[in-house]
Amino acid sequence: MQFTHEHQQIYDTTKKFVETEINPHVLEWEKAGFWPAHEVLKKMGGLGLLGISKPDSVGGLGLDYSYQVAFAEALGFCTCGGIPMAIGVQTDMATPALARFGSDYLKENFLKPAVAGEMVAAIAVSEPGAGSDVAGIKTTARKVGEEYVISGSKLWITNGTQADWACMLVNSGEGDRHGNKSLIVVPLDAKGVDRRQKLDKLGQRSSDTAMIFLDEVRVPARNLIGQEGKGFTYQMQQFQEERLFLSASIIAAMERVIDDTAAYTRQRQAFGQSILDNQYVQFRLSELKTEVEALRALTYRATTELVAGRDAALLASMAKLKSGRLGREVTDACLQFWGGQGYMWESSVAQFYRDLRLHSIGGGADEVMLGIISKRLGYGGKRKPS
Amino acid sequence: MKALVSVKRVVDYNVRIQVKPDGSGVVTDGVKFSVNPFDEIAMEEAVRLKEKGKITEIVAVTIGGAKCEETLRTALAFGADRAVHVKEEGEVQPLTAAQALAAVFKKEGANLFLLGKQAIDDDANQTGQMVAALLDLPQATFASKVELEASKATVTREVDAGLETLEIDLPAVITADLRLNEPRYLKLPDIMKAKKKPIEAVTLADLGVTAGAGLKASKTVAPPKRSKGVVVKTVDELIAALKGKGLI
Repeated sequence: MQFTHEHQQIYDTTKKFVETEINPHVLEWEKAGFWPAHEVLKKMGGLGLLGISKPDSVGGLGLDYSYQVAFAEALGFCTCGGIPMAIGVQTDMATPALARFGSDYLKENFLKPAVAGEMVAAIAVSEPGAGSDVAGIKTTARKVGEEYVISGSKLWITNGTQADWACMLVNSGEGDRHGNKSLIVVPLDAKGVDRRQKLDKLGQRSSDTAMIFLDEVRVPARNLIGQEGKGFTYQMQQFQEERLFLSASIIAAMERVIDDTAAYTRQRQAFGQSILDNQYVQFRLSELKTEVEALRALTYRATTELVAGRDAALLASMAKLKSGRLGREVTDACLQFWGGQGYMWESSVAQFYRDLRLHSIGGGADEVMLGIISKRLGYGGKRKPS
Repeated sequence: MKALVSVKRVVDYNVRIQVKPDGSGVVTDGVKFSVNPFDEIAMEEAVRLKEKGKITEIVAVTIGGAKCEETLRTALAFGADRAVHVKEEGEVQPLTAAQALAAVFKKEGANLFLLGKQAIDDDANQTGQMVAALLDLPQATFASKVELEASKATVTREVDAGLETLEIDLPAVITADLRLNEPRYLKLPDIMKAKKKPIEAVTLADLGVTAGAGLKASKTVAPPKRSKGVVVKTVDELIAALKGKGLI
């Protein structure tokens, strides 16, 4: 992946937006456990930031995914992890399948407003009884006349308390658990949707996360994305963007943590010298910087594969795995060098210690990535039938 | 009314500048470059004046090597209609720059020349003034507010005593100070559209200018490191310490 002048400009605009329009509010939003998604996304939509790799016909720029990775990377300048992730839900998790397989009607009424930042989107896959095991979801959609009637519950829904619609994975039929699913656009103001339960999380606190109950929710049949029964396949495809986005979006955050740690340990004195004067600290920080740079290279390589139209699942899963693990390693190692100050709630290292912890769980846990990688490499045998 | 805006490619203001070991300049390899922030402010002002209908065309101009095309693309993304690239790979000193810019201004038949009050690389703060002198045009430097009418401009500038307001006839040269405006975010569609806008390439020779070498940089050194401070307990001690250093 080559960083052209246009990549750089997109990166610069995104970074400037994050530093001016988001970062000054982060502490307030973290305290409130809520970010004004409609307000922020509207501004971003106005700048063209929400449809970089979406087609022109829906107001996007129609650029390849490498430009989206430049955007994701610049979002990493946010002083918390929650907001970049919530923005990523809008751009890379809830909308790729809709852009790829959605009807003109769905694109016009749901994708276009999401690209413009007029509607907030959510992705609803996980449930109380199934997260990483996507095929094990229990929510059902029965077709009654020209409608789907949906019942069940969805858990860990980012933007869930305020989103206008969700791209929801449901069981629309019986039989093979990989062939009985569909993705349906569900307006979250529909009758029977209860999303009052905001979840109290360890980190990513400014991003609202909801549990959504669906009780006989009636949705027009035309809200089906693509074909019935293809939902699992669409979702697996949609995960490629999600994984690359997630990997790219925390690179700058990790670099910030390392830089902040170098700055703090440089001025913090102990035993007659600064903490940074210890070669042990210098070497550790240097090693972490190297690891982050390697993650960047891996993310770019996976992006190159995706852009070239080749199967990027192996590399994207590797990047996702590495970013989740490295996020933990960087924040844990750095917090240690801060000592007591790092253990304080509002220190930047504690912020990311909490926030980046999610990355080994959300968007496919480390173990799911390892499963995919093992399978792709031919190491893994068949799983037990479930 | 046509405005010419010059933009210079400089090391990005966030980069921690490092002096080359042999003292021949600063390290520019692998370093991020961007548009001189003061020029960006000048460009923003031109775009605002165009949006108000005071200006009909904005032409961006830069002098330098191939990489400077990126600087012009940024200016085009801001809202310049087209650009002129004065190609010169070698060093360009303020007088040469001023001569080239004056030539472009004449060639374009522009009414207003907007540029930053200085570039953040050499902080020379000479180009705008020199262009005005070469063209024998009125100048208003360090503008913090610009109002444009058909044949004159009213420019407010911050001076030590307060605010000074100048009224100058057009055509004129105006240099932008930091508080003139806050440059907008570049919109992504504009970034992509800028790729298709025309850039005309000319050389110094085309403009009848010979690169001068009136200035010679003898050595570049990093500023001395701040030495450790001392804490004094009383005012008397402070006075004694200052006297001891010969400062009072």
